[in-house]
Amino acid sequence: MLTLAHFLTLGAILFCLSVAGIFLNRKNVIILLMCIELMLLAVNMNFVAFSRYLGNLDGQVFVFFILTVAAAEAAIGLAILVVLFRNRGTINVTELDDLKG
Amino acid sequence: MPITEIVFYLFSLVLTMAAVMVITVRNPVYAALFLVLAFFSSAAIWMLLEVEFLAIVLVLVYVGAVMVLFLFVVMMLDINLTPLKEGFMRYMPVGVGIAAVMAGELLLVLWSRGRFDATAFPPPPANPDGYSNTKAVGEWMYTHFLLPFEVAGIILLVAIIAAIALTLRHRTGTKVQDPARQVQVRRDERIRIVSVKSEPRQDG
Repeated sequence: MLTLAHFLTLGAILFCLSVAGIFLNRKNVIILLMCIELMLLAVNMNFVAFSRYLGNLDGQVFVFFILTVAAAEAAIGLAILVVLFRNRGTINVTELDDLKG
Repeated sequence: MPITEIVFYLFSLVLTMAAVMVITVRNPVYAALFLVLAFFSSAAIWMLLEVEFLAIVLVLVYVGAVMVLFLFVVMMLDINLTPLKEGFMRYMPVGVGIAAVMAGELLLVLWSRGRFDATAFPPPPANPDGYSNTKAVGEWMYTHFLLPFEVAGIILLVAIIAAIALTLRHRTGTKVQDPARQVQVRRDERIRIVSVKSEPRQDG
């Protein structure tokens, strides 16, 4: 029988995979953005599962808002990426050290 | 094993494999395509949870818009892939280690003492015939979440303006017509009257 723990486990595994992806691909901004999308998907999975098992629609509405904000974030992030590539000719994170932080 | 569990485990497996491929493949184009597969699989799992509206929105918005945008950008940029994969093996132990520790902790919390098992959270009854998840979410959103809904619209508007403002550029040296300047032109900007001194005609 499918319990809430099954869905939460799936979300946890997905979240940990995307954390590992951020460590592994720390030079490629595009893959970093994709890992963030995967993280949001994992969180959404938890929201949807809790919403269904608690019988409360708030979780689904919240997932809707997360999708909205994630779409805006992806659009702006990719626009920044395009401008970055146009000005620097690279998307390697280690070469983006102009601020000397 | 009932059919729902088979479907759940099948799509979970596909989802996990797709996520692993997203973080390990060399080519960002393949990573984007595997991310599409991951979104499709989770949409199927959400469908299993009878969350139909969000499953469709995930496919339409994410696969149809966001991932297409990703693919556009990935294919438009001419990226040299070799320096981007440096350090993949170097960061492999720490990345996998931290992820494994996190996963272990989360699973420990999830599966210990039956916090989330069937007695604590009994499986929800199937929705009755004629129940519309989309209608329910819409009614809930337009009554209890009207202001956040409008704020979400404003966020999207800001995102549109920001994306356009960031990527708009004026090339120097290109010849572009400016119709406003064209219709504003006055006579003395176009015509120069030159007074030429007349000279007597020279015959022969």
